[in-house]
Amino acid sequence: MLDYLVRRVLLLLPVFLAVSVVIFLILHLIPGDPIDNLLKVGSGPEARAKIAAKYGLDQPLPVQYGIWLWGVLQGDLGTSIITRRPVAVMIGQVIGPSLALGGMALAISSLGGIVLGAVAASFRDRWPDQLIMGGVLLGSTLPSFWLGLLLILGFSVELGWFPVSGARGWASLVLPVATIAFGGIALVTRVTRVAMIEAASRDFVLLLHAKGLPPRRIRLAHVLRHALMPVVTILALRIGWVLGGAVTVEYVFARPGLGSLLIKSLSQHDYPVVQACLLMLAIAVMLGTLLGDITQALMDPRVRSALR
Amino acid sequence: MLLSVENLGVKIGAVQPLEGIGFALDRGEILGLVGESGSGKSLTALACMGLLGLIGGQRLGTVAFDGVVQDEAGLARLRGRKIALITQNPMTALDPVQRVGEQIAVVARLHLGTTPAAARARTLDLMTQLRIPEAAAVADSYPHQLSGGMKQRIVIAMALAGEPELIIADEPTTALDVTVQAQIVQILGQLVRQRGLGLVLITHDMGVVAQVCDRVAVLYAGRLAETREVGDLFSAPRHPYSAALIACIPREGMAPGSLTGIPGAVPSVALYPPGCRFHPRCPRADALCATTPPPQGAFACHHPLEVPHG
Ligand SMILES: Nc1ncnc2c1ncn2[C@@H]1O[C@H](COP(=O)(O)OP(=O)(O)O)[C@@H](O)[C@H]1O
Ligand SMILES: [Mg+2]
Repeated sequence: MLDYLVRRVLLLLPVFLAVSVVIFLILHLIPGDPIDNLLKVGSGPEARAKIAAKYGLDQPLPVQYGIWLWGVLQGDLGTSIITRRPVAVMIGQVIGPSLALGGMALAISSLGGIVLGAVAASFRDRWPDQLIMGGVLLGSTLPSFWLGLLLILGFSVELGWFPVSGARGWASLVLPVATIAFGGIALVTRVTRVAMIEAASRDFVLLLHAKGLPPRRIRLAHVLRHALMPVVTILALRIGWVLGGAVTVEYVFARPGLGSLLIKSLSQHDYPVVQACLLMLAIAVMLGTLLGDITQALMDPRVRSALR
Repeated sequence: MLLSVENLGVKIGAVQPLEGIGFALDRGEILGLVGESGSGKSLTALACMGLLGLIGGQRLGTVAFDGVVQDEAGLARLRGRKIALITQNPMTALDPVQRVGEQIAVVARLHLGTTPAAARARTLDLMTQLRIPEAAAVADSYPHQLSGGMKQRIVIAMALAGEPELIIADEPTTALDVTVQAQIVQILGQLVRQRGLGLVLITHDMGVVAQVCDRVAVLYAGRLAETREVGDLFSAPRHPYSAALIACIPREGMAPGSLTGIPGAVPSVALYPPGCRFHPRCPRADALCATTPPPQGAFACHHPLEVPHG
């Protein structure tokens, strides 16, 4: 297992390099020139060349990539072309709120979704199941900006329990987390329910009943345990998404975050910032799959054997 | 009687795939339950175990254990403790993420109230009795690390761990290699003789029936065709379906799986014909067979085969 861990982590290095090349290239090959944003109207070619030289944009692409990667590895993400601040500082300001929002939302989605999915599967086609699945339908179809606005109206404007916007303190987290977690719970509930129903129909479950084990114990110790494997896969894939995909919610609640920073810097052709944001998301996705794979291996001896 | 079943039927939703099944079994006896695929053998097993709820089915008729008629709750209390089940496919019968020793030991802990250490000792003891080499190492394996024959022995050990009095084995050898099949059948036979267990052996292999069974119940399309002592059945089958099954026992020089004398297949529930359900495939059928169900008895046939003289 330790062997596998080391190999799995080492395997991330080439993946990381490949991802960094792609991120670097995409941005340099798409149309749109950031220098245009910096030039004063009517400046001549000398001014353009000077700015290009300042940001290293006059070098050949491989050299630019090398410089960028070398910096990244030392924690230097470059300087924003637009704000002229170190990108690392800009990322540092948004990564905290993003992690708090994404982490809380993911934790609540997992816990709530697994519990609700297990309950729904146990009461399959009876009223608790129908009630939960009704909520799931709502959760997977309600657009998050709309849900966010509804929550603001209800809990901030009318009741005044939580701040309308911002990222100061725990109270400001409640409504954005609720907004994201609603959809997340719906997804996890659906996956858990289906996986439990599927697992319950397996042959070995019949034999567990034949052995005389109490049905509740079969459901929790065996069926749910098997049902969690696909759930873990989905959750691992969601880690990266939750970190960067909260743009609408960040917008509605006027919260700083990685998603918003990415969108803003994209529209301004601010290469270094976009690259850094994408790199953060890629790292989140990679760590997510790593975590998912390790959890799978811990949960399933067949996966562990296949690794040898 | 250890197990007696009367007028047993199964309803699943609007259909009734099984009806009018009756048989009895005493300690130290092996009852063969035979019939082609789809004749209702597995449903009979589930009904006797009180497990029809798992497939959304409902039991009709009575199941009595040790002379006491049991409802579903009663059967639930007996499961694993007095009545054990062995299923067809050892590949899928074990929980793939649990060590096999633990899957056996849990039965002893649950039903015999033994300490974990005693349950473990009992597990290893059972495995050794079932001729599993290096029992301790095997007990710590996961199912995917074992062969099919080994897994079926684990399933049998699991069945024995609660010291049951009755074992229902649903085609315990069908999924195994021919050489392993013989070993498993031998093991089951020995268990019955040595421990005085009752065994319901479900199979579609008449050869196995001839080898180990004391009595045989032949099922066809959810009904009993014939119930006889094994010697009588093989020397003088009365139901044409039994005769055809016996004629199907593979002998040297025959293509395996060829069913001489019974063309066609068992109809599914929705297509059960009126009258005698076997009549569309029966060489002896006439107009009566097509309209009137045959009388119940040792053999359910309007035109049974004659008993040969001498
Ligand atoms: N869950 C079910 N729902 C509906 N019909 C079923 C179900 N299980 C079995 N049957 C029907 O009952 C009949 C007997 O099935 P089964 O007991 O599995 O036969 P066997 O074990 O002899 O092959 C078949 O016609 C089958 O289609
Ligand atoms: Mg069957």
